[in-house]
Amino acid sequence: MIFTGRLISKLLPGLVLAILTLAMALATPHPAAAESVLRVAMTAGDIPITIGQADQGYEGFRFVSLSLYDCLVEWDLSSADKPSGIVPGLATSWEVDPEDKSRWIFHLRKGVKWHDGTEFNADDVVWNFERLWNKDAPQYNAQQHSDAASRFVDFKSVEKIDDYTVAINTTDGASLVPYNLGYIAMVSRTQYLKLNGGWPAYAKAPIGTGPYRFDKVVPGERMELVKNSDYWNKDRIPKHDRLVLYPMPEATTRASALLSGQINWIEAPPPDMVPKLKSAGFNVVTNAYPHMWAYELSFRDGSPWRDIRVRKAANLAIDRAGLKELLGGMMIESYGVVPKDNPWYGKPSFAIKYDPEAAKALMKEAGYGPGHPAKVTIAISPSGSGQMQPLPMNEFVQQNLATVGFEVNFAVKDWNTLIGAMRKGANDPSAVAENIEGINFSRTTQDPYSAICRFSMTSQITPKGSNWGGFSDPAIDKVCDQAMAEFDLAKQTELFAKAHAMMVDEAMMVWIAHDVNPRALSPKLKGFVQAKNWFQDLTPVVVEP
Amino acid sequence: MLYTLRRVLYTVPIALSVTVICFLLVHIAPGDPLQMMLPDNATPEAVAELKAKYGLDKPLPVQYLVWLGHVAHGDLGASISTGRSVADELSAAIGNTAIIATGGAMLGFLMGIGLGLVAGLRADTFVDRIATTVAIAAISVPHYWLAIVMTIIFAVELNWLPAIGIGPGGVSLSWEDLSHIVLPVLTLSLIPMGIIARTVRGKVVELMAMEFIQTLRAKGLRPVGILRHVVKNAAPSVMAVMGLQLGYLFGGSILVETVFNWPGVGFLMSNAILRRDMPMLQGAILMLALLFVVLNLIVDLLQTTIDPRIQRRG
Repeated sequence: MIFTGRLISKLLPGLVLAILTLAMALATPHPAAAESVLRVAMTAGDIPITIGQADQGYEGFRFVSLSLYDCLVEWDLSSADKPSGIVPGLATSWEVDPEDKSRWIFHLRKGVKWHDGTEFNADDVVWNFERLWNKDAPQYNAQQHSDAASRFVDFKSVEKIDDYTVAINTTDGASLVPYNLGYIAMVSRTQYLKLNGGWPAYAKAPIGTGPYRFDKVVPGERMELVKNSDYWNKDRIPKHDRLVLYPMPEATTRASALLSGQINWIEAPPPDMVPKLKSAGFNVVTNAYPHMWAYELSFRDGSPWRDIRVRKAANLAIDRAGLKELLGGMMIESYGVVPKDNPWYGKPSFAIKYDPEAAKALMKEAGYGPGHPAKVTIAISPSGSGQMQPLPMNEFVQQNLATVGFEVNFAVKDWNTLIGAMRKGANDPSAVAENIEGINFSRTTQDPYSAICRFSMTSQITPKGSNWGGFSDPAIDKVCDQAMAEFDLAKQTELFAKAHAMMVDEAMMVWIAHDVNPRALSPKLKGFVQAKNWFQDLTPVVVEP
Repeated sequence: MLYTLRRVLYTVPIALSVTVICFLLVHIAPGDPLQMMLPDNATPEAVAELKAKYGLDKPLPVQYLVWLGHVAHGDLGASISTGRSVADELSAAIGNTAIIATGGAMLGFLMGIGLGLVAGLRADTFVDRIATTVAIAAISVPHYWLAIVMTIIFAVELNWLPAIGIGPGGVSLSWEDLSHIVLPVLTLSLIPMGIIARTVRGKVVELMAMEFIQTLRAKGLRPVGILRHVVKNAAPSVMAVMGLQLGYLFGGSILVETVFNWPGVGFLMSNAILRRDMPMLQGAILMLALLFVVLNLIVDLLQTTIDPRIQRRG
């Protein structure tokens, strides 16, 4: 018996050793690929949908929609220095009808080919708007409509004028239509009709006019796109052969994949691994982009935030420089919805800075102080798209606020639930029941409507718009109305800046941080310019062998 | 035969109960699948339209019955988040999980049986203590942590093995594909190894003390012959544990699959949970419940084959 036991105990390590030896013997280097491949690890948990308006937030739109498709108007992603404006895309020019300010004329680009070689024209544009807005059209898709309708609130109808001209009618004089069109991807009518299998069939064989053609999707694992050598914009023909997109929600996994050489581009590396990535020769690129990490405040009856002194005190209590240090420098200090160098920032008279003494004085004036703190509950999430490092950041802010006379409690909700709370607003019975008087929900501020009007206008109070707390100021409403009806760009910018300055003077939120959108790139990648935008141009990236 | 038929029929109420419980749990959790699909400024009309489209505006029992009706016709529906077919996504994911689950189970069972035998046959010796410590450590160590550490050592530092994902050819004998499964399989093998080792050890110690073994010894049977008797007697209970372990492994490990970015059931389900993608979750849980039931059935039948003394009565 003892003999048998010994035999097994001798055999077992041998077996393990044999397996390991075999594994190592087989460990030959991967063969070099003939084509140059850009491999991107996204933060998304799944492959974004491929039928035009991608899901998974702006990340889906960034990597899938804008790779396969084009919009009539596109973002200028060529500069890392200035906030990106809009430039012609599938439309070469546009103007508002001088007779009717609610009607826009778009002149379409001639000679643009879909990936199957057919020509792009006005019929495609009309068909696309019908797929997004006309419930009776056979190609109508409710999910796509919901996305598009949120990006282009004022759309009314579309009509073909000739093969290369369309008119877009809006519900009222809407000066921001060109911005709105930067979010509406044009998909192939011919392919949809040819496949005759509805959107599920189209999703498996999508055709666009974009810089990449669809190659394949491996469910749950990756999506492969190849260079469109016939792309109409010769400056943006990809400088690599293939683009592979991986959903990779776990940050440490993304970093390991990059370090091991399997991936050469990762979104949002974990902050604590940034020094290691840098020392290993990887390029960690960051830039300001239109993102806001703030506390949106409740203005319902009984909320301490109704007192402007309390709102100002909170803004003066935040040690933004300290928070930046906590994040290893990976943030921009926030003093408004947009950063100070943005043309929409304006000239507010309330100077937001770190001044706890002034904050304490304001709190005392408002009737709060030691032993009698202002109690507020803020809804936060432990993770989520654009939420940065929500737990340590919120704890930091909580301590800052405590020192000047706040008692901040957190209602921690998972990301999905927090989105629900955001949509319902501060006046919803669920928020009232939980006593929620603030929400920490990262926002895009990409265009002036998204940055200013939707947060501040009375007409945009949730659930209609994004004015979560029910803020209302007729003076701001008036300026926003004027701005949205102003077609002269310089004057429009001036009006938005005025509205924004008023928002800051009202301290309608507690502004804390703007993200810097870190991504880490293999040293073999050259030519990437990180635009100050949620979207990025991957086409100039050269993948060196 | 009657027993087999009866066991097969049992799977129906079991699977149904599982779907009801799963359905309720998914709906009790706050949040809904539309939240993450729509931009933050989606209009209430858009939300309502989508709710109606996916039938989420109907009462829960109606939603459940509609889903069940489709399942009865072999249609698991489409993911609310992506519109992709649940059956397609699920079959790909189950296939991927099967690769590492089978590997993990085989390795884990082999090592577990080896360790358990060594420990059991040499109970209360130094060797036993080492083997038992290894088994307990294998069960106790946090697997996601171990997975990250192994990735850092073998993928990042030594660059011997890939850090993430499945090989380009899925499962094949080429090293390029095999190398992808080494780390996930090693990680997954640890828990079954530990559990099997402890089960085997316990069973062997118990059997070795039994009178029939004494008799065999007294009759002068060689150690190998005695071992054969021990193995045969220990097999049914060890197999029952193996069946359960295999079921767990096929269910996909959310943590291990997330760390290795392995596109299996765990990865799919964690995403479906976060997004409240009900058709995907329900489809996945139904499939897994059926798989569990089938595995248990196979184990039961194998047990009766190996040990005819096990009488099964209604």
